[in-house]
Amino acid sequence: MTLFVLCFILFLVGMYGVITRRNMIKIILGLCIMEYSLNLFFVLIGYVKNGVAPIITKGTEQATFVDPLPQAMVLTVIVIGLATTAMLMAIAIRLYRKHNTFDIREINTLKG
Amino acid sequence: MEAIIAVLLILMIAGSIYTLHARDLLSAIVSYGIVGFALVIIFLFLKAPDLAIVQLVVEIITLIIMIAVIRNSSKEDLQERTTVKVEGVHYINLRSALYLLVTGILCIGLFYYFVKSIPGLEPFGVHTTRMATTYIEQGAELTGSANLVTGILFDFRGYDTLGEATILLTAVIGILTILRIKGKKV
Repeated sequence: MTLFVLCFILFLVGMYGVITRRNMIKIILGLCIMEYSLNLFFVLIGYVKNGVAPIITKGTEQATFVDPLPQAMVLTVIVIGLATTAMLMAIAIRLYRKHNTFDIREINTLKG
Repeated sequence: MEAIIAVLLILMIAGSIYTLHARDLLSAIVSYGIVGFALVIIFLFLKAPDLAIVQLVVEIITLIIMIAVIRNSSKEDLQERTTVKVEGVHYINLRSALYLLVTGILCIGLFYYFVKSIPGLEPFGVHTTRMATTYIEQGAELTGSANLVTGILFDFRGYDTLGEATILLTAVIGILTILRIKGKKV
């Protein structure tokens, strides 16, 4: 309960950054923070009290495992997050080379 | 156990708030590292060793990419001050105050609905494995993998992994395209 609320506060902090910051790099950092909090939320939901890691070895026949499905999903999400972050960074450095600033309010020359 | 994770989460929140308010971009990125590495420790506490390993590698690569991007760029923060000083008197900057107000209302509204929806979730530490019951009981025989996460990722949900590989390929092609073509002078 407390952990869910804290996790959501982390999401809100990331969203606050995305909305109010002017620096492109800070906006990308805010997006990454939101993604981290989502990953954490998935794993928190799948946790079972006194569970063991979902790896079958000797001695784990009677034990309860934590849910392996959210972990498999989050593993995919983490790798995709790296790809999108790299792509956002490429766009940011491209815009910096053209406009010589990271300020999104000065980059307003988008014409159709 | 729950208390340790709560402390680490508060550390993550503090780190992310400093990330968004740092004057220097380099220190912002370094304090963003706090968030990622605290997440690695939390994953270890939540019995997810595979996730911890992947998150550690991804975090280091992300930091390297970000530092490489801002290395030859301007590192100053571009934020407006919330107060403007004209002839010795402080005035509130109306535009940034408006942004803060709108964001505050949005955050409080979202937070209210989240707290309202918490009773629909199972409490922390209690979880009924609906779909994963089959995976846990028969995963080792059907896939031959002792690690259930790997078994799900590469066997039961192999098409998801195929889609992930497609997204990675598309992202690499996109990065190459963005960084290669010369832009038009405006």
